Amino acid sequence: MKPTRTMFDKVWDRHVIVDRGDGEVLLYIDRNLLHEGSFRAFGALAAEGLKVRRPEQNFATADHNVPTTNRERGLGAFKDSELRNTVVMLAENTTAHDIRYYGIDNPLQGIVHVIGPELGLTQPGITLTCGDSHTSTHGAFGACAFGIGASQLKQVLATQCLWQQKPKSMRIMLDGDMAQGVSAKDVMLALIAKIGTGGATGHMIEYAGSTIRSLGMEGRMTLCNMAIEAGARCGMVAPDDTTFAYLEGREFVPKGALWERALAGWRLLSTDESAPFNAEASLDVAAVAPMVTWGTNPEEAAPIHASVPDPDIEPDAAKRAHMRQALDYMQLTPGTRLDEIKIDRVFIGTCTNGRIDDLRAAAAILRGRKVVVPAVVSPGSSTVKRQAEAEGLDRIFLGAGFEWRGSGCSSCTAQNGDAVPAGERCASTSNRNFEGRQGKGARTHLVSPAMAAAAAVTGNLTDVRKLFS
Amino acid sequence: MVGMQSFTKLVAVAAPLDMANVDTDQIFPSRFLHKPRGAGFGRMAFHDIRFDRQGSELPEFILNRRAFRDAKIIVAGANFGCGSSREGAVYALYDYGIRSVIAPSFGDIHYANQLQNGMLPVVLPDEACAKLRAELHAKPGAAVAVDLDSQTVTGPDGKSYHFEIKASHRERLLKGLDEIGLIMQHVNEIEAFERRHRNEMPWLT
Repeated sequence: MKPTRTMFDKVWDRHVIVDRGDGEVLLYIDRNLLHEGSFRAFGALAAEGLKVRRPEQNFATADHNVPTTNRERGLGAFKDSELRNTVVMLAENTTAHDIRYYGIDNPLQGIVHVIGPELGLTQPGITLTCGDSHTSTHGAFGACAFGIGASQLKQVLATQCLWQQKPKSMRIMLDGDMAQGVSAKDVMLALIAKIGTGGATGHMIEYAGSTIRSLGMEGRMTLCNMAIEAGARCGMVAPDDTTFAYLEGREFVPKGALWERALAGWRLLSTDESAPFNAEASLDVAAVAPMVTWGTNPEEAAPIHASVPDPDIEPDAAKRAHMRQALDYMQLTPGTRLDEIKIDRVFIGTCTNGRIDDLRAAAAILRGRKVVVPAVVSPGSSTVKRQAEAEGLDRIFLGAGFEWRGSGCSSCTAQNGDAVPAGERCASTSNRNFEGRQGKGARTHLVSPAMAAAAAVTGNLTDVRKLFS
Repeated sequence: MVGMQSFTKLVAVAAPLDMANVDTDQIFPSRFLHKPRGAGFGRMAFHDIRFDRQGSELPEFILNRRAFRDAKIIVAGANFGCGSSREGAVYALYDYGIRSVIAPSFGDIHYANQLQNGMLPVVLPDEACAKLRAELHAKPGAAVAVDLDSQTVTGPDGKSYHFEIKASHRERLLKGLDEIGLIMQHVNEIEAFERRHRNEMPWLT
């Protein structure tokens, strides 16, 4: 009898070229995605006189450093010449190495983890890398997708392979229906609050359970995107009819007889019954309420109706120390109700929550309401932006007083200059509330798109369920 | 095949960093990500928890204390280097002078990035890290020995701790081997794999 295998085992095993026998293998990388932060890898490649070995398996876009205003000016939109130069270098490097590039003025430009799925580059059963930790997003399609640093990116460019240790496996059972006002973001924040930012370190996560099967691709991408915030190397969801319906017809997805052949293979990827996992965790999704973070890492999160916790009653010394530092940075006092925290601005977008479903969820709250604090939306891709405009969502955002920006990573990391001013408090749909993440001294509260919209119209962190009519 | 900086043994001042979940945004803030390596990455290490808004040193930050300024080793809390994949975080530590970080656990990508740059990330149990930090606070400026060959860390009190590291990582660090060279030794297997793989999934290329 064949041994039972997890989905991850099946994808991993299929890409092993050499097994050293000590846990390390030479792994083949089907697709590698690039952004303007890849200049170090290209520079190192050039310094060693190396070429890109498989240009047709590499794809690039500009996202981290691009301005989100004046985008009709293309490269002229940049105010900062150093940032502009990183995008110019990406254009030059991709031209020199014959790599397909979706540049700042390309209609298909967008955040690398949003356009990969949109273009059908992300597919079940493949290995995919990118020099960005949120590469885990692509696992929503049953791909083994993980972030790498510049040195390993150089190796992928030069060889299309990587030496890798196989991560351990963790299955997370998500069962129950999400209540109204609760989204995949809330589920993920509740999960990280439960298992911790290091809860899945050294592991790949497979998300399974009834919640997953009824969840759309965009919610699955949000869950996999933030697998890294629980420390996981990658997150995965078994491909099913929801996955296939999303993929069919996209540019890089096979057509005709090849589509049928691909589909037949993809249907076999699910984890075999009784396949063993190294670790298991679960979450009762029906009990999840809209979540917000109060601290400076994603596990420091709580339901909106809760209060800022008291470090003095935290039994774990390391956690207690982190909580004290976090509350000092966030300027919050234990016992304060989370829904009484005033905010200074709102940001909607990112590879976590910048897809069309996310914008629809926020717009549904904003319809007929006005923001009381500065608020910005940056769609996850130029394609998402066009689709939102076709649906009239831009008019809802603009009518409510939001700024309707171009697509990019924007205020998630503020590398492009879209920083939250020091001392200000931002309700943000991004993925990290680290100190300084949105700008030096910026204070981030991670929330879902609907919760961000609710905060924008009330000026407080607010339970979005109170705004449903 | 030699290409990477090697690591064998280090005896140096170690700084106790009493923080868990030190993320790579703290080690190397995002706004420096586009800077060239020559821009002084050592100064950018831990920038926003090391300097105030005017750029003056924050006296309470451990590396700003006289005894720890020349530290080449950091002993930290769990989950060091969690978060972003930015290799700039390693360049900043390296250019500051840090060659080894000892912690109960590391962010996976950051761990790999340290190895790629000739730094040695050492995983020791929580209690061992806490004890080392306590000793370093008690004897500021004391040296710690990190020996990759024997896989031991020796604290200021002479007590040694054994640590585990994958044999392949150890060998590469000891010899400073170049990974691209190690991969392309297998070029025949890679090409055979690609032919087979392309037959199975012709739509991928």
